[in-house]
Amino acid sequence: MAVQRRSKLNSCSLLLLLVQVCFLSLSCSSSVAIATGNGGGYTINGRVKIPGLIAKGFGLPVKANNAKVILNGGQQVTFLKPDGYFSFHNVPSGTHLIEVDAIGYLFSPVRVDVSARNPGKVQAALTETRRGLNELVFEPLREEQYYEVREPFNIMSIVKSPMGLMIGFMVVVVFLMPKLVENMDPEEIRKAQEEMRNQGVPSIANLMPRGN
Amino acid sequence: MLPTELCCVMGYLSFITTKSKQFQAIRRSPLSILITTKSATDLEKPRSNSIAMAMAIKLSLLLLVFSCSLIPTFSLFEDQVGFMDWHQRYIGKVKDAVFHTQKAGRKRVVVSTEENVIASLDLRRGEIFWRHVLGANDVVDKIDIALGKYVITLSSEGSILRAWNLPDGQMVWESSLSGSKSSKAFLTIPANLKLDLDSPIFVYGGTCLYAISSIDGEILWKKDFIPEGIDVHQLILSEGSNVIHATGVSDSSEFNTYEIDVKNGAVLNHAKTSFPRGIFGEILQISSDKSVALDSSQSTLVLISIINKQIHLQETHVSNLIHGVSSNTIILPSKLSGIFSLSTDTFIAFIKLTDEGKLHVMEKFDKKVVVSDALPLSENEQAFALVEHGDSNIHLSVRLVHDMSSNHLKETVKMDHERGFVEKIFINNYVRTDRSHGFRALIVMEDHSLLLLQQGEIVWSRDDGLASIIDVTTSELPVEKIGVSVAKVEDSLFEWLKGHMLKLKGTLMLATPDEITAIQKIRLQSSQKSKMTRDHNGFRRLLIVLTKSGKLFALHSGDGHIVWSTLLQSLRQSPQCPNPTALKLHPWQIPHHHALDHNPSVLVVGRCGLSLSSPSTLTIIDAYTGNAVRNVGPTHSTVQVLSLPFSDSEEQQLHLLIDDEKRAHLYPRSREAVEIFEKESQNVYWYSVEADVGILKGYGVKNRCDGDEFCFEARNLWSVVFPSESEKIISTVTRKGNEVVHTQAKVIADEDVMYKYISKNILFVATVSPKASGPIGSTTPDESVLVVHLVDTVTGRILHRMTHLGSQGPVHAVLSENWVVYHYFNLRAHRYEMSVIEIYDQSRAENKDVLKLIVGKHNLTTPVSSYSRPEVSTKSQSYFFTHSVKAISVTSTAKGITSKHLLIGTIGDQVLALDKRFVDPRRSLNPTQAEKEEGLLPLTDTLPIIPQSYVTHAFKVEGLRGIETIPAKLESTTLVFTYGVDLFFTRLAPSRTYDSLTEDFNYALLLLTIVALVVAIFVTWVLSERKDLQEKWR
Repeated sequence: MAVQRRSKLNSCSLLLLLVQVCFLSLSCSSSVAIATGNGGGYTINGRVKIPGLIAKGFGLPVKANNAKVILNGGQQVTFLKPDGYFSFHNVPSGTHLIEVDAIGYLFSPVRVDVSARNPGKVQAALTETRRGLNELVFEPLREEQYYEVREPFNIMSIVKSPMGLMIGFMVVVVFLMPKLVENMDPEEIRKAQEEMRNQGVPSIANLMPRGN
Repeated sequence: MLPTELCCVMGYLSFITTKSKQFQAIRRSPLSILITTKSATDLEKPRSNSIAMAMAIKLSLLLLVFSCSLIPTFSLFEDQVGFMDWHQRYIGKVKDAVFHTQKAGRKRVVVSTEENVIASLDLRRGEIFWRHVLGANDVVDKIDIALGKYVITLSSEGSILRAWNLPDGQMVWESSLSGSKSSKAFLTIPANLKLDLDSPIFVYGGTCLYAISSIDGEILWKKDFIPEGIDVHQLILSEGSNVIHATGVSDSSEFNTYEIDVKNGAVLNHAKTSFPRGIFGEILQISSDKSVALDSSQSTLVLISIINKQIHLQETHVSNLIHGVSSNTIILPSKLSGIFSLSTDTFIAFIKLTDEGKLHVMEKFDKKVVVSDALPLSENEQAFALVEHGDSNIHLSVRLVHDMSSNHLKETVKMDHERGFVEKIFINNYVRTDRSHGFRALIVMEDHSLLLLQQGEIVWSRDDGLASIIDVTTSELPVEKIGVSVAKVEDSLFEWLKGHMLKLKGTLMLATPDEITAIQKIRLQSSQKSKMTRDHNGFRRLLIVLTKSGKLFALHSGDGHIVWSTLLQSLRQSPQCPNPTALKLHPWQIPHHHALDHNPSVLVVGRCGLSLSSPSTLTIIDAYTGNAVRNVGPTHSTVQVLSLPFSDSEEQQLHLLIDDEKRAHLYPRSREAVEIFEKESQNVYWYSVEADVGILKGYGVKNRCDGDEFCFEARNLWSVVFPSESEKIISTVTRKGNEVVHTQAKVIADEDVMYKYISKNILFVATVSPKASGPIGSTTPDESVLVVHLVDTVTGRILHRMTHLGSQGPVHAVLSENWVVYHYFNLRAHRYEMSVIEIYDQSRAENKDVLKLIVGKHNLTTPVSSYSRPEVSTKSQSYFFTHSVKAISVTSTAKGITSKHLLIGTIGDQVLALDKRFVDPRRSLNPTQAEKEEGLLPLTDTLPIIPQSYVTHAFKVEGLRGIETIPAKLESTTLVFTYGVDLFFTRLAPSRTYDSLTEDFNYALLLLTIVALVVAIFVTWVLSERKDLQEKWR
């Protein structure tokens, strides 16, 4: 099963980047294209891969159904195809920034250089880690857990907590102190008790009504 | 972990009351707890009572174990969702709708909206199945359904075609249709056309016609109309034929029709006729070979018929057709076969094309009639719906196209007049059990709400006006009336205890799934939350929101329900006010204790038209009822609204409205207000930002205008001109007027003090070099410079100026206290950055000398004034930030003591809370011990994104536009309202709730602890007594 999964991933990792698209077909004359400024441009193709979930064979997970790919902070927004591919059309040459927005995952933005001189050449890098990319494949840096996890009731966690340690200390005092007291000189104990009485420490026992 | 200790302390020292201040004291010194516990055990004689002591401690240990299982709330647990937050999903004003009502499966309607949302709604209940918000530049032109399973959207003026899976909204394919020229865009999906197992979709966009495979979005063929210079107005695909008829108008005003083969796009026939006058608007097809258009003067109807592949034009004067016609004639784009409707200023007329080719007026309605498209019922039958308005109801009638005279169906539906007129109607039919046709109608109202009507009833309604909020303000709720019956208290006490016992079970993880749901229900239902009265902590408030439709909503902050809503009459279309737009919302009257007989009210400012000079309207609305108290206007124009910090005897806030000629108009218009204002007029300053010419100007009041005692002329005090060749203003931000600052002094490490420069008149201005004003990728780092300025708006003095080379906008900034944080793009690193500037008052820095303070030679009592020109010093630091940002805001609390969090609306439509300590310019790589103690964090190059600190947790506020923070009465807490297409509200405690117990606090456990402790004391006492006795007997 694991082997199958891996092969699937490999076969999926196709690369296709920055293909200059022949928008300037014969019929759409280029003079007009310049006038409106949208005739020329490049296409950026890429892919978003969410590991673990995609391999199950259901295409994108439900969570990633609403994933968006954003060019230059909102200049263009596109969505993912079932296999995770996306493309931006009519992108002018220059250095661009692509962000992936999928709830539950943190993606690093990627800088993509679209060069007019040598079309087809890929230059992409994760801006967070400055790692270069050979192919435009987005993988989440991490899964984001928006909620604190409620830890199950566990004795050890209490024992380990500062309060637990304090309690432990108290337990030691309560159960070991009498032992220490036993080893002490009875005279000294009496003395100490007398001192205590003289101090007149308010005691709950004193406040209680005496039964007899 | 401190609060854990707190809980434990609570459990152990149960005699401590729930007063918060005491907690703090205890928390500070955990040692004191030990001491207390020891002294408690010293109560008895050490030797004789050791067993009793041990027992008592054992018991209390047990209690501790219980109480420690309460984990403190730092961020949110999943089961706390909806406890103090709410999230509402909207779609916006529907502009197009397609029904999908197959016999099997769920019935749905797919809509596209003005907020650029495409959504699939449940036709039974109106809920959203799925929804996508498209990019702002990617406006949806047309939607349709293909193959019965794909939703097809055409967007960006016909250049992007996408297919979405109907059940789950997954995008299936996308194709880019790169036209060369912008043009109209339309989409035709033939129902029964098959080409080699494929059903093509025909798209016209960018002056090219495409045939696209509906299976994978491949372009099958393309026909370009650019060489001919023709703009196609319509595509006709007759049923069963393999020819598309395209009718268009060329640049030289010629009508052209093409017959195009659907298989390969070859032109089979081309005919043209000259029409020198040109046409106005669209050509409307009314039958398979006839279309109608208006000439450019809007006075003549042109009937275009294609006979034997030739175009014949037939002109008819509108005035001949309809007597007493007025201007602004347009053809309504309703698709009704053989009939078209003509709209003028005063009425709508239905005109039928007779078989002989004559035009014949069938019926005239007054203006407020809305017509749907035709709906095919059977082969030769088509129906359409028509809505007329009554007093408090609407009349929906469905007619058959071939038999206009009689109503097929007539229903009267009661309609809330606050919804306004019907703007759009879409109809759909279903077959009843008796095989007759039933109809359901989806109507879009003036307030942007969406309703489904069926059998004379409103099946469901959605208030989608809330998707386009313009401005937000808040109001207090009424004070609670005293007088609660005893029986009610007893009853609720039992319920209360029961609830807490359940909670206790839940925290100990002993609850069954049923009980867990019960706990969740108790949490969510807590009736306290949505009560209509003021609460002690100031959590319950009215959020008053002004929407684009001109409707004002009051939402309850507890659960987000609509308390009232009102369609402002002053913001409805009228002859005096042709194009009303809502502008601003200001609190007008905020009654305090001595004037509680007045309800609070808000001021709504609107504008009648699109230009700045168009007249404006003012409305004052009662915040408790939504009734209009006063209406002013249309009157002078309004460019700026200033809320002055003065109020009159009725606690009406004084406002200055600045018109486009820089005159200031004072409101309320009363003698008293003028008196107050004239006393203070020397201290009233304002500024204007003219971003297009790059000028900042400061103004003061000069004298009264002639003839109007409530109007004042302004004098220009200063101007700052940015050189247009190097600096272009892209963003200005100022401090929130109602912000409270607790202290001017900031104690830093080594017992040193820094004085914040706190002025309400600081303006943050960001400019970029003109080449860098475009989007990212359009410029190189060498050409782009970002300059930020801090300007004093009273004197025009530039307090600080900083240049970021190789950086560009967009800039989002927030200014609070003495600091500004702004977000921009660094082109060199190709990452977003956030910078902070803190500004300090140097003139007060000398006051450190104790001797001086004693002698009184200090200037701490001198008021802060813009004119005193104090020496200021600034500190600045920059950090990388991962995401693009849509909005930045900052938490605000009642007294300004609580530390601040930045609220960052990210590109993913989430709101991230970032502690201000992360953007502190005094951070250094290796903070000293003293600095560490002060709470200074070591410097990192990137600001951290902690998933748990997303305020919106797992929700998205689609189309996020603004984040509003409102201080609660409780100092630790601030209310956050985020709006976009969705709404999200929550409560934040930036330094945690140090002044109150969390709502999760288990009172039952506390009670139980106390009871158990008392029992333990008695038991140990009895035991010790017995032991004593035994000792004595010995």
